[in-house]
Amino acid sequence: MIVSVNWLKDYVDINVPVQEFCDRMIMTGSNIETSSPIGEGIKGVLVGRIDKIAKHPDADRLVICEINVGRDEPLQIVTGADNVFEGAYVPVATHNSRIPGPLHGQPKVEGGVKITKGKLRGVVSEGMLCAASELGFDDKVAPMFSKDGIWILTGDWSDHLGEEITDALGIKDTAVDFEITPNRPDCLSMLGMAREAAATFGEKMRYPDTDCAKTDEDAADYIKVEVRSGLCKRYTARIIKDVKIEQSPWWMQKRLMAAGMRPINNMVDITNFVMLEYGQPLHAFDIRSLAGAQIIVDTAKEGDKFTTLDGTERTLTSDMLMINDAEKPVAVAGVMGGLNSEIQEDTSTVVIESANFVGSSVRMTSKKLGLRTEASGRYEKGIDPNLCEQAADRVCKLVEMLGCGKVLTGSVDVYPEPETAPVVTARVSRINKVLGTDIPREQMVSYLESLEMKVEGEGDQLIVTPPTVRQDLLEEVDYVEEVARMYGYDNLPMTLPDTASRAAFPEDWDLRELTRQTLCGMGASEIQTYSFSNNKVLDRTGIGEDSWERNFVEVINPMGEDTSALRTILTPGMLDVLARNCNRNIDSVRAYEIGTVFMKNLMDPDGLPDESKDLSIGCYGENESFFTLKGMIEALLDKLGISEREYVAEREYGVFHPGRCARIVIKDENGQDCELGIMGEFHPDVAENYGIGVRAYGAELFFDLLTEFSDREVVYQHPPKYPSTSRDMALVVDNDLEIGKIEKAVKEMEAGILEDIHLFDIYRGVQVGKGKKSVAFSLTYRDNEKTLTDEEVDRVQNQVVEMLKEKFGAVLRD
Amino acid sequence: MQEKLQKVLEDAREQLKEAATLEDADAVRVRVLGKKGQLTQILRGMGKLSPEERKTMGKEANMAKSQFEQMLKDRVDEVKARAREAKFRAETIDVTEPGVKVTIGVEHPITQTINEIVDIFRSMGYSVYETPEVDTVFNTFDGLNAPEFHPARDMTDTFYINKDIVLRPHTSSGEVRAEKELPLPYKIVIPGRCFRCDTPDATHSPTFHQVEMMVIGEDITMADLKGSLDYMAKRLFGPETRTKFRPHHFPFTEPSAEMDVSCFKCGGKGCNVCKGSGWIEILGCGMTHPHVHRVGNIDTEKYTGFAVGMGVERIAMLKYGIDDIRLLYENDMRFINQFK
Repeated sequence: MIVSVNWLKDYVDINVPVQEFCDRMIMTGSNIETSSPIGEGIKGVLVGRIDKIAKHPDADRLVICEINVGRDEPLQIVTGADNVFEGAYVPVATHNSRIPGPLHGQPKVEGGVKITKGKLRGVVSEGMLCAASELGFDDKVAPMFSKDGIWILTGDWSDHLGEEITDALGIKDTAVDFEITPNRPDCLSMLGMAREAAATFGEKMRYPDTDCAKTDEDAADYIKVEVRSGLCKRYTARIIKDVKIEQSPWWMQKRLMAAGMRPINNMVDITNFVMLEYGQPLHAFDIRSLAGAQIIVDTAKEGDKFTTLDGTERTLTSDMLMINDAEKPVAVAGVMGGLNSEIQEDTSTVVIESANFVGSSVRMTSKKLGLRTEASGRYEKGIDPNLCEQAADRVCKLVEMLGCGKVLTGSVDVYPEPETAPVVTARVSRINKVLGTDIPREQMVSYLESLEMKVEGEGDQLIVTPPTVRQDLLEEVDYVEEVARMYGYDNLPMTLPDTASRAAFPEDWDLRELTRQTLCGMGASEIQTYSFSNNKVLDRTGIGEDSWERNFVEVINPMGEDTSALRTILTPGMLDVLARNCNRNIDSVRAYEIGTVFMKNLMDPDGLPDESKDLSIGCYGENESFFTLKGMIEALLDKLGISEREYVAEREYGVFHPGRCARIVIKDENGQDCELGIMGEFHPDVAENYGIGVRAYGAELFFDLLTEFSDREVVYQHPPKYPSTSRDMALVVDNDLEIGKIEKAVKEMEAGILEDIHLFDIYRGVQVGKGKKSVAFSLTYRDNEKTLTDEEVDRVQNQVVEMLKEKFGAVLRD
Repeated sequence: MQEKLQKVLEDAREQLKEAATLEDADAVRVRVLGKKGQLTQILRGMGKLSPEERKTMGKEANMAKSQFEQMLKDRVDEVKARAREAKFRAETIDVTEPGVKVTIGVEHPITQTINEIVDIFRSMGYSVYETPEVDTVFNTFDGLNAPEFHPARDMTDTFYINKDIVLRPHTSSGEVRAEKELPLPYKIVIPGRCFRCDTPDATHSPTFHQVEMMVIGEDITMADLKGSLDYMAKRLFGPETRTKFRPHHFPFTEPSAEMDVSCFKCGGKGCNVCKGSGWIEILGCGMTHPHVHRVGNIDTEKYTGFAVGMGVERIAMLKYGIDDIRLLYENDMRFINQFK
């Protein structure tokens, strides 16, 4: 809502500077988006009159104007504008004057433009005639009469020739753009904002004059109104005869322009002016086009065609409310008038409609027609039906004031169920309890009265009747806010809640943080990627067509393919990030993400999907390999207290290299295999799809399972008292035999004194033959009761070698 | 005899002077005190002397022996010291060469910001309450007293799974869950991811994060709301931070407010961060509307409460001066790794 401060002063005194006005309005609840000065940066631009126009000798499109600026000698100014005429009053930028600009057809220049004397095609021009846009007005608000040309001032300015235009026209003003919240549609009007200002500054309101002189004819003799649908709460009609269409006076144009509206002609300007003043949309019909001199408000006939003012033919549905005459529809109620009843140049009698339609109905109609107008927007937000008559009367008063028609006495007003304001009882004690204050009753009463509310009751009770425009005040709590904002939020004390409570956290909150810190300690940085996915993304990632990962939760109103479903795994997001970094020539990356993944869940009582947390890890770089990633995962699982995990080679998962992928498996309490996740080197095809030009590695772990298996209880053991003995052993085995199988077999022997086995070398080459490899292990032996003898160790070591020979055909290497 | 001793000592002194290594020094020791050493032999020859002579000469000989031992020790110490010196010199490194690189990763700035906010409230005894990212229309709109035609319900604003289920556009959905599920009184924060139909640009992202904060108890006042948020702002933006509460409107709180903090860049004088006003809008808040309490069948006479919702990205961007929200989701490591 753009408010001209000068216009606002018509209704309430404002005796503070604009900045203070804005600050205080904000603190009582009228938030401000912007505040912009009007008429700034204009100097040396004078009111002038074109006394004579002559052709330019050397240019067809230029004319030479003789301008009277109240000096002895007229100024000679050359212009290319084609809307000038002798006798026109115009803004004249004289030699060395300043205007804010921009000059016609040129870009805006910071700090404005200086105008100087010059020659145009050899003819001296002592300045420039200005368009409204050159004086800082938006092109959209330049008066229609002067659109795309020099600003021709309305009215007789002969007493002001030579005066600075800003003084003569009183242009200087401030346009304050208020942010109106949806609960306060009453503030979408000058009077609404004036009421807020009056309450804020403790001033009295001055309401506009709406009383017209009596005439000998009555509106009821000209028009009949019938309301056949409850979607119309009220319909008020007044009649104006002998309409004379001309420009409206400057004082009205000025207010409209400051409010962001283009002056068009007196009748249109008056309805716009009153709409801005009261917030009540108005419409005018030519009475000649109303068959039977009748208005019937009713819903449309399904499938009827109707052409609106904008020339578009529209198809109606039976739930749309229409204004009809005795034969046909003439307007879409609250949205737009019809071409068939438009005001014409020769219109002489008009019907002024000031009506109230149910907001939801207007919203629906406007949506179905794809037609949003200033009026429909206002009806949607809600308007007080009690305004209809006042607004209609105000239109008539302005017609009378401007002398552009004869106002007939009386109105036709159909208002079956007049609306009253809900009376609410609020308690002083309750208001203070919620606010944490001690505001006395009298103070609360005075706040409410300043907002034009009637307050009755006594003691703790405040029985409040608000003005009917305030449709947001329905219960006690609404008055808590009214008191609070007038008291000033700034004046409320600051305390801390007096409730003791024990902080509780989700089970895995701290585990997530431990995971993040552990991975950070290993040089990985955290990433956050979007939660969306779709089939194309999974195609690119090498996920099979019937895989569980495609059990998407789909969005029915995606913004595009990219947001059409929710992610089931994090890996695609990781691949995107690796690709982006790789393509930006970042040598190496270690990254991880802990994020929510979504799966359809047909069992949920509310139909909500299953949400769980995944952990993805990814890396690439010169020093990275399958085993650096595995090392990170191993260290993380150790830190989380997840032991006894196994790595099972996986050759079928399309995301990863078939020879370099493992599922990470753990036994659950029933001894069943449970998959914690999968890791590997990304499949070259997948890497290529994402544009990753190097070997990259990734893992996706089910974080909820990590949480489940995490056991961080510490069971302390004394450091061993007796020394250990190590023996190395080198074996030649088949190349395909997995190290994990050898280690597992040795561990499963459960030879009492064998403490640990670990691989320290693998050799493949001519010395061991084709299809074979040499693997070297170090075995550690220890007895917790005594120091071991060589014989005891040798015996077990031999058993190990025998077992491996028997099981895997392993041959001891010398 | 005496001359002999003197000669031996003289020679030994000369030889020790020449001894450059421990081996050389030991060779001198053998020559003097070894089995066939010069001094050993002299001492052995003492037996032939008369008891008188043996007494005086024995004394002389023992003195010569300890003199030699002292000479030897001095020389050995010197040689050792010189050897260490040489070793240190040889092993001297350029301490200005770079260390072996150890990389420590960083948490994402969004996580850091969430943790910072959560930890402030954790220290005040608030619980963390996490609720689903996909939630019902009831928990997201109806339960929060949103009017039937609230624009946020539009398909152009909020993502829908079906007519009853949405990707939550705010963590406030968690308030309704808390109303229904948690025993009174409580103080909670609800951090998490939210979604809106916004095409990514410098200030919009279809995915973003919020932290909701909610307190319900007996005698909870708007003064408590102000005090709690003022404390948070001072912890988050520094002890000099001032707060300003402006009236606003949200369907689920009444009274409602927006909170501004004094600009942490210019301290309130006005700069490009605060667009000259000295204040920065940080969050929306208010006293929980009785309609919301009714969802949880809470006795609104006895219990009051407040609720706050703040945008994590906005706070992170303001705090670090990040000018484009997309940077947070691009995950360029040169960006992320700055947030040590």
